[in-house]
Amino acid sequence: MYTPHTQADRDAMLKVIGVNELEDLFQCLPEKGKFPNLELPDGISEMEALDELQFISSVNETPQELVSFLGAGAYNHYIPAAVDSILRRSEFYTAYTPYQPEIAQGTLQAIFEYQSLISALTGMDVSNASHYDGATAVAEAVNMAYHNFRGKRRKIVLSNAVNPQYRETIQTYMKGMNLEFVGEDLDPEAGPDDLIELIDENTALVLVQYPDFFGRIFDLTKLSEAAHAQKALFSVHINPIALGLLKPPSEFDADIVTGEGQPLGIPMSFGGPYLGLFATKKQYVRKMAGRVAGETVDTHGNRGYVLTLSTREQHIRREQATSNICTNQGLIALASTVYLTLLGKSGLKELAELNYHKAHYAADRISTVPGFIVNPVQPFFNEFVVHCPAPAEEVNEHLLSRDILGGYDLGLVYPSQKYELLVAVTEMNPRSEIDYMVEVLEEEYHD
Amino acid sequence: MTEKTIFELSRPNRKGIRFPAPDVPLAELPKDFLRENLPLPEVPENEVVRHFTNISQLNYSVDNGFYPLGSCTMKYNPKINEETARLPGFAHIHPLQPVETVQGALGLMYETQQWLGEISGFDAVSLQPAAGAHGELTGVLIIRAYHESRGDTKRTKMLVPDSAHGTNPASSAMSGLEIVQLASDKQGNIDLKALEAECDDTLAGIMITNPNTLGLFDENIVEACQLVHDHGGLVYGDGANMNALLGVYRPAETGIDVMHFNLHKTFSTPHGGGGPGSGPVGVTKELAEFLPSPVVAMTSEGDEQNPAFYDLLVPEKSIGRVKSFHGHFGIVVRAFTYMICLGKNGLLGVSTHAVLNANYIQARVKDVYHIPYERLCMHEFVTEAKWEDAPGIRALDISKRLIDFGFHPPTNYFPLIVHEALMIEPTETETMETLDAFADALLQIADEAKNNPDILHNAPTNAPFGRFDEVKAAKDLILRTQLPENYGS
Repeated sequence: MYTPHTQADRDAMLKVIGVNELEDLFQCLPEKGKFPNLELPDGISEMEALDELQFISSVNETPQELVSFLGAGAYNHYIPAAVDSILRRSEFYTAYTPYQPEIAQGTLQAIFEYQSLISALTGMDVSNASHYDGATAVAEAVNMAYHNFRGKRRKIVLSNAVNPQYRETIQTYMKGMNLEFVGEDLDPEAGPDDLIELIDENTALVLVQYPDFFGRIFDLTKLSEAAHAQKALFSVHINPIALGLLKPPSEFDADIVTGEGQPLGIPMSFGGPYLGLFATKKQYVRKMAGRVAGETVDTHGNRGYVLTLSTREQHIRREQATSNICTNQGLIALASTVYLTLLGKSGLKELAELNYHKAHYAADRISTVPGFIVNPVQPFFNEFVVHCPAPAEEVNEHLLSRDILGGYDLGLVYPSQKYELLVAVTEMNPRSEIDYMVEVLEEEYHD
Repeated sequence: MTEKTIFELSRPNRKGIRFPAPDVPLAELPKDFLRENLPLPEVPENEVVRHFTNISQLNYSVDNGFYPLGSCTMKYNPKINEETARLPGFAHIHPLQPVETVQGALGLMYETQQWLGEISGFDAVSLQPAAGAHGELTGVLIIRAYHESRGDTKRTKMLVPDSAHGTNPASSAMSGLEIVQLASDKQGNIDLKALEAECDDTLAGIMITNPNTLGLFDENIVEACQLVHDHGGLVYGDGANMNALLGVYRPAETGIDVMHFNLHKTFSTPHGGGGPGSGPVGVTKELAEFLPSPVVAMTSEGDEQNPAFYDLLVPEKSIGRVKSFHGHFGIVVRAFTYMICLGKNGLLGVSTHAVLNANYIQARVKDVYHIPYERLCMHEFVTEAKWEDAPGIRALDISKRLIDFGFHPPTNYFPLIVHEALMIEPTETETMETLDAFADALLQIADEAKNNPDILHNAPTNAPFGRFDEVKAAKDLILRTQLPENYGS
């Protein structure tokens, strides 16, 4: 369907090549197994394919049909129309990695601006051009810390209030490095200062999330000081929308900042593709993994951009590279670049405050339902833990029967937290949805 | 031609978006945590759109013209795929929704696993890895886990041919294995003697790309896989070159145990200026229990009354998670759309015509451009840009000159075993006229190289920019817009 050849073309081309049939081009392949009879259906037209995909997609229930308070690492935010309008420019989406800068300044300038925006948002000196997602960005932070100490420091202090999927990913990535992870067996209620006593001279990295997986906001100053006192690196994983309101991790003297960029104008799309944010201090730039664009000039003196520091990367350094990463999230990084530019200084703050107010309204209202408790003193951003009078699984089932995705059942990953529900509220939840959930809870769980 | 940056376009108090006013009472903000300065630009929507539209036009892309970038499979990206991936039922579902509310998505993932398995001959497929290199890391971790599960802990050596993509040794090193480089033989195949010499009881496996990075089907592949298996090792297949094999040959048949696919190469999903990709991994039955979690399973087949039911499962001895959630679902939707449009015969047509197009260009230029391993090629071929009567000319010069002719240059300086390599992969979606125009340009450039070399050295002259000073970029290390001190406060 996407091959333009006519029979006349084929004949002419085969003649130039000097063979008779298309099959003759494969003469060096083993006869056994050549041209297998695949058990696959025949092709269909674009019209039929669209029909089929529309049907398949209609089987799913979206947050447009359900009321959703589900977060836990992926968030339902509004995506301004201009973001997708730019992403659909095929000059961006049908180009490759910009290895020929003379004809790739669009992509390169977008990467440079992405780096500028992420640096500005996180307060860090430099950002790379992206990782696959939040989980892999965090894993690369551990990898960088490990290599920073040339494998001599083997302890990683890892808060268990870091997203459990990220912690699993770290374990998978670092399997061959024989590291010791401490901190994960603390009580989930523990805060960052409880990690301090675990830090010692063998610690390569202290890693926390801000706001943490439970939505909580903590002052990280003391933890950071304790990490630096042992010369360990300090890494903070962020929610980029929260940084519209909250102090950036640079104010806690973070050495590495990672983040899940999905909230920045990227659809939830059942889990991907998302965007791994990675920023660090200038002194670590050569140890950072991933592509980086740098400013330079062309032969005419025009300002422009090229991929630089490539001697860290796999295509040059092979097994000595800082990471194996090659393809990253180019187009998704562009989405976040357009998004952050549109929102800008005042828009991101406005959005962050809107999320904050709605989440606090929801927390206040849910707390009025008998048996439902939200910690009244702990600061949080747009996500919070609700202690339920019944297992969170049951509460969720009941809510789903009334077309509500209640939240994330923490018992799924924290065995001691079976009665805890992680609830996320964004600008996409009008007050009426919050009130509706509270009403449904009241009906079921009254005194 | 230089465009201002978005920071330079900013003026205080401009806005690009408006959100609804809060419909809830305002809560007290957390005073101790408030940010004082948010140094983001302030640009109205139309200026934002113009800015990104203008810089987009500085790019060359597949939709602009021929992009024969070897090893990258820059085929046409069908527009219908962009539509299906954006259907609200796909784009707006949350990855942690209860499985009964996302049966369409899980069914689509299951079907994609089945299609990829049938095409490649592998028994099980995981869609989790985010890109090719990520698939490699996953595959190598599976090989490690397999040996460890058997208590065979001394197998730490991974063989990587000298023609391999740089990601191969880097992925193995990341998983803690030791890399031993393997030379290629005179025909560009795996050197069986060199391989045999490395086969001992420390052998974890070998990473093979087939067709290899010279664009050649490795004639020793079956023997090489057998040899590695005989010595207790496993074979990793780099599926980057799968565009030559759809319906032609199933990699599992040659003896490969685990392989990644690049949906962004073979299955037409766009490269996006450097991603997102998708790198599913296929494995033999013996390795299925090691796949990363989760995989999609059909837990009930369904009948006339009830549809089939799908669930996310963790394989028994899984290496664990390699990323958040379930892989690049949006990319999987695009690839699935592509596969069902093409069907069985269409897929075969992709590979036969990809190979036809590559051989056609090779045949048209081979009298002038030296082909170091001259055979019928597969979906790409490598030439050496070196002439005795044009001593100052390098592959880079030819590449830059091709820009003046309106083409994207081929991959240069890869594979490393060919000096001044130009690696040309036309893909199946190009017409004979395009291929002829490209071959004509190459021939004319070869002539210029000898008679008018300056025109190559000064190229490109017909591009938005001239050659860039890469040394300055690495020395100055300006990696972000330089902002005035009080910007944003």
